[in-house]
Amino acid sequence: MADLETFRVETRAWLEQNCPPEMRKPMTSDGDTFWGGRNAKFSSEAQRVWFERMRDKGWTVPHWPKEYGGGGLDGEEAKIVRQEMAAIGARQPLTSFGISMLGPALLKYGTDEQKKEHLPKITAGLIRWCQGYSEPNAGSDLASLQTRAESDGDHYIINGQKIWTSYANYADWIFCLVRTDPAAKKHDGISFILFDMTSKGVSTKPILLISGYSPFCETFFDNVRVPKAHVVGTVNRGWDVAKYLLQHERAMISGMGERGVGRPLGQIAADSVGADAQGKLDDAQLRSQIATFEVDEAALAAAAERAVDLAKAGQSHPAFSSAMKYYGTELNKRRYEILMSAGGIDALEWESERSRGGARPRAWLRTKANSIEGGTSEVMLGIVAKRILDLPGS
Amino acid sequence: MALVLTEEQSMLRDSARGLISDKAPVSHLRGLRDGKDATGFSRELWKTFAEMGFSGLLVPEQFGGSGLGCVEAGIVMEEIGRTLMPSPFLSTSVVAASAISRGGSEAQKAQHLPGISDGSLLAALAIDEGAKHRPLQTKLQAVRSGNGFKLSGDKAFVVDGHTADLLIVAARTAGSAGEKAGLTLFLVDPKAKGLAVERTAMVDSHNAARIVFDNVEVNADSVLGEVDQGSGLLGGVLNIGRGAVASEMVGLSEEVFGRTVTYLKERKQFGKAIGEFQALQHRAAQLYIEIEITRAAVLKALQALDADLDKAATAVAVAKARAGTTATLAVQEGVQMHGGMGMTDQFDIGFFMKRARVCQELFGDANFHADQLARGKGY
Repeated sequence: MADLETFRVETRAWLEQNCPPEMRKPMTSDGDTFWGGRNAKFSSEAQRVWFERMRDKGWTVPHWPKEYGGGGLDGEEAKIVRQEMAAIGARQPLTSFGISMLGPALLKYGTDEQKKEHLPKITAGLIRWCQGYSEPNAGSDLASLQTRAESDGDHYIINGQKIWTSYANYADWIFCLVRTDPAAKKHDGISFILFDMTSKGVSTKPILLISGYSPFCETFFDNVRVPKAHVVGTVNRGWDVAKYLLQHERAMISGMGERGVGRPLGQIAADSVGADAQGKLDDAQLRSQIATFEVDEAALAAAAERAVDLAKAGQSHPAFSSAMKYYGTELNKRRYEILMSAGGIDALEWESERSRGGARPRAWLRTKANSIEGGTSEVMLGIVAKRILDLPGS
Repeated sequence: MALVLTEEQSMLRDSARGLISDKAPVSHLRGLRDGKDATGFSRELWKTFAEMGFSGLLVPEQFGGSGLGCVEAGIVMEEIGRTLMPSPFLSTSVVAASAISRGGSEAQKAQHLPGISDGSLLAALAIDEGAKHRPLQTKLQAVRSGNGFKLSGDKAFVVDGHTADLLIVAARTAGSAGEKAGLTLFLVDPKAKGLAVERTAMVDSHNAARIVFDNVEVNADSVLGEVDQGSGLLGGVLNIGRGAVASEMVGLSEEVFGRTVTYLKERKQFGKAIGEFQALQHRAAQLYIEIEITRAAVLKALQALDADLDKAATAVAVAKARAGTTATLAVQEGVQMHGGMGMTDQFDIGFFMKRARVCQELFGDANFHADQLARGKGY
């Protein structure tokens, strides 16, 4: 315990010294997130400095092994880093699907060679990854995917189409589910494979969403040649890797609902709806909605903390991330409904500079995807019912 | 601190569960109710509680207790919630023991705490006056008289007030209803002249009392803590009580949920288990998630109470609000999913519904605590 206290004090001091003041302010636009990659651009000098210092410290991914550019921290230490970053409102220096999704799967299922090749480029922000899972006819029923990979010597030839591929148009590499055995039962003929998005035959087309943004793409594969050595895990057992990765994805998405820092929602609401001399919101119904929301938000934060502690103690259920995903995304949607209601007509402007290009309504619309992407709320509840509660299948 | 139980805490849970499920399953409460028991709980079982060290759980060791904390008290409360065992544990061992050990003089501690530890002294907190829990609205007057005070006014929902050997009474010595300053806590003998206790059997077959104070004389030594400055002590003690009741509601919710899931697997309609229907599967899954999240929030609050009582208010408000809402959902879904059986007195599930309603009100319902949270955050 004494060692951990020392670590906390040192961490606090290091962050205090190294995190630029601009990087401690709440993020206000997409440009504030640094994704890395071959074509990465920093939106500010402070963003560059912060990223490079954290990268050099190994803290873009504090809990990964040092040999892959991580910080080599154990669970308790990594938690302290998160807590101390949250305490000063420090932004994530690097956000990537390599960190939140592919990395954990590679650490568990990858060969030494695959780990050495890919993980250091993730921690250093050199390669940006995207996820090739969903297809036009394989959404909630993901395992019915049809993109096929046919054997050709040392290579697979990949043909098919993916959809809802986040930021595929910016990504350097893709981790992708493909059907390697069309004759097998649907869960049994799938492989998990990695390839370069600049490979011949890969093309992407952004999808315009209700927010006016295009964070997702359609991704097309036309006779793409990929070395067989790029399969992660066993051929035809890709579903195991896919499911393992989904647990991490769900944990990440559920975290979208957590806001440790920043002004309380009630104070943000006071800006537009007004408050009395004691600061009490003029809109009693809204105040009560916000208070109830904040009760649930604080409780979810405790549950997220407990989930990590349970995992460390070996007491967690592998499907629990589905429970957190469900609750976290529904909560985030509630948060934005409240923000829209609090903003009133000011939150309806779509283009003005005053509204920062309609930042709030666009973010509000974006949250509607939270309970769809990475498995819908209904799929999550089904998983909890069957795998945790052991209710009979129909 | 990790949000999981330590090994010692798990052992405490196991031993509390063993005793309570063995000696006081729901049928124990049912028997007391049906027999119109004069006490409303089993004194014999309370003796066993004392022998096992539960009654003095929060009492410092020098006064015969175990000197444990709110997390441990919460563990016992959770087990109580599973079987709805009626006992003076909350009123005496949690609330009164906390009030006296935190606010009492050395003489007061020496006089009362050993009795709480050995199970011989029962105590109750008299706080509520109106229909809703509003501690700052306390109106019961204590006016100086000679060397002491005279108490006049009414108290309601004094949990276990009908059997208490000692009352802790919140009174106003200065200021007016709504003000923080001017509250004082008194230790009062229920047999004092001018004091009338009316037992009120409640909807949940537990007991409380309405108490009328008509110029009840107490001496200066009966002040617990400081005159006019009682709100700090009272606030801390109430928060400990809230954490405990929230724990009881977690146990209650989980028990109802467990029984309901079992029923979903057993009950057949349309030729299959009703748990196969997606409409019920999703509702069961939602309830499971609510309970898990509430459990985390409650453990967080109990740890916060042990770490620093003065900084635990927000965590406690979150826990008590969540626990109230979750328990309400759990019992409603429990009855609904049990169908007509859930409406029968013969079936236990109704006892849980009734107790959940009482626990909601006790020390402030979900609305009260959401409001507290909003005030704390300045909106």
